[in-house]
Amino acid sequence: MSDATITETDDAVEIPHGYDDGQDHIGLPHHTSTGLSNTKLAMWLFLGSECLLFGGLISTYMLYRNRQADQLGPDQLWDIPFTSATSFVLLMSSLTMVMAVSNAKRKDEQRTKLWLTVTALLGALFLAGQVYEFTVFYREGLGYTTSLFSSSFYTLTGFHGVHVAVGIVMLLSLVAMLAKGKLVGDKHETVEMIGLYWHFVDVVWIVIFTLVYLIPA
Amino acid sequence: MSSDTTTDTTTDPAATADSGDAHDGPVAPAEHEQRHKEPTDRQYIFIALFLAVLTAIEIAATEVGPDGPLLIVSLVVLMVVKFLFVILFFMHLRFDSRLFSLVFYIGLVFAIVLYGVMLATFHFFVS
Repeated sequence: MSDATITETDDAVEIPHGYDDGQDHIGLPHHTSTGLSNTKLAMWLFLGSECLLFGGLISTYMLYRNRQADQLGPDQLWDIPFTSATSFVLLMSSLTMVMAVSNAKRKDEQRTKLWLTVTALLGALFLAGQVYEFTVFYREGLGYTTSLFSSSFYTLTGFHGVHVAVGIVMLLSLVAMLAKGKLVGDKHETVEMIGLYWHFVDVVWIVIFTLVYLIPA
Repeated sequence: MSSDTTTDTTTDPAATADSGDAHDGPVAPAEHEQRHKEPTDRQYIFIALFLAVLTAIEIAATEVGPDGPLLIVSLVVLMVVKFLFVILFFMHLRFDSRLFSLVFYIGLVFAIVLYGVMLATFHFFVS
């Protein structure tokens, strides 16, 4: 047997690396030069590049956080208990996401769909909180162009909110595809990839919550 | 890489049941053992609770904790711990190929360097 083949079961069915027959082959190696899943490697590369995007946005905010002249500043606006509650919701959505991945690995499709739906709902709750927060700030007089502080704040948290919204769309699409049986290939890996994206969104919020909301300006 | 190793890894039912993501090809025994340590559902719940407690400590620190640099250092340390727990356990970096860690950490280091360069530019080179 060459290096490019493996034995999958006791029935000695030989499957080449990365062979895609529409079935799950959890634990099987991929037919790539690295032996790693290209999809997963691409996702990690994407997340690495996202670090730069958010690094730039966070850096800009940190530089401009005190540039509001006599306009409204962070100390007059932040509602820490409310933001803490929405942060907790997003943190718990990471738990439900990892439960979805765990159930996908066990091929329990019903529970996978359930946890994915709960994750999407928690994400929507977080997003609703962010929209409410933006509305309150705007009514108090903090527009997008009010000051350098407001522009950098809305840009940073807005970009994060868009990422959450994209994640919710992906989660709900995945649930729909699983329900209709339209998801082909390695289902566990697909759930895991969306899970990686979702956890990254959570990780970015962990940084934003501390640097933007908790550390005094 | 021998085909024997490959066969051993993929035919062991325990290995395929608990080996986590296990997408990254035939694994060495040490790495295989490491993957067996991937958290169970119960451990995921404990990790999430731990993260929630850290968040509560962060919030409490801003209300009743120390002021000044000590508060900032405490908050940054707690943030880094939460960050690491999510990427290592929820995102499985601890149990996956080191290449995934490498590509992510490169992006992270560049982001931190970017922040340093921006700070230096605006704080030191602007009159």
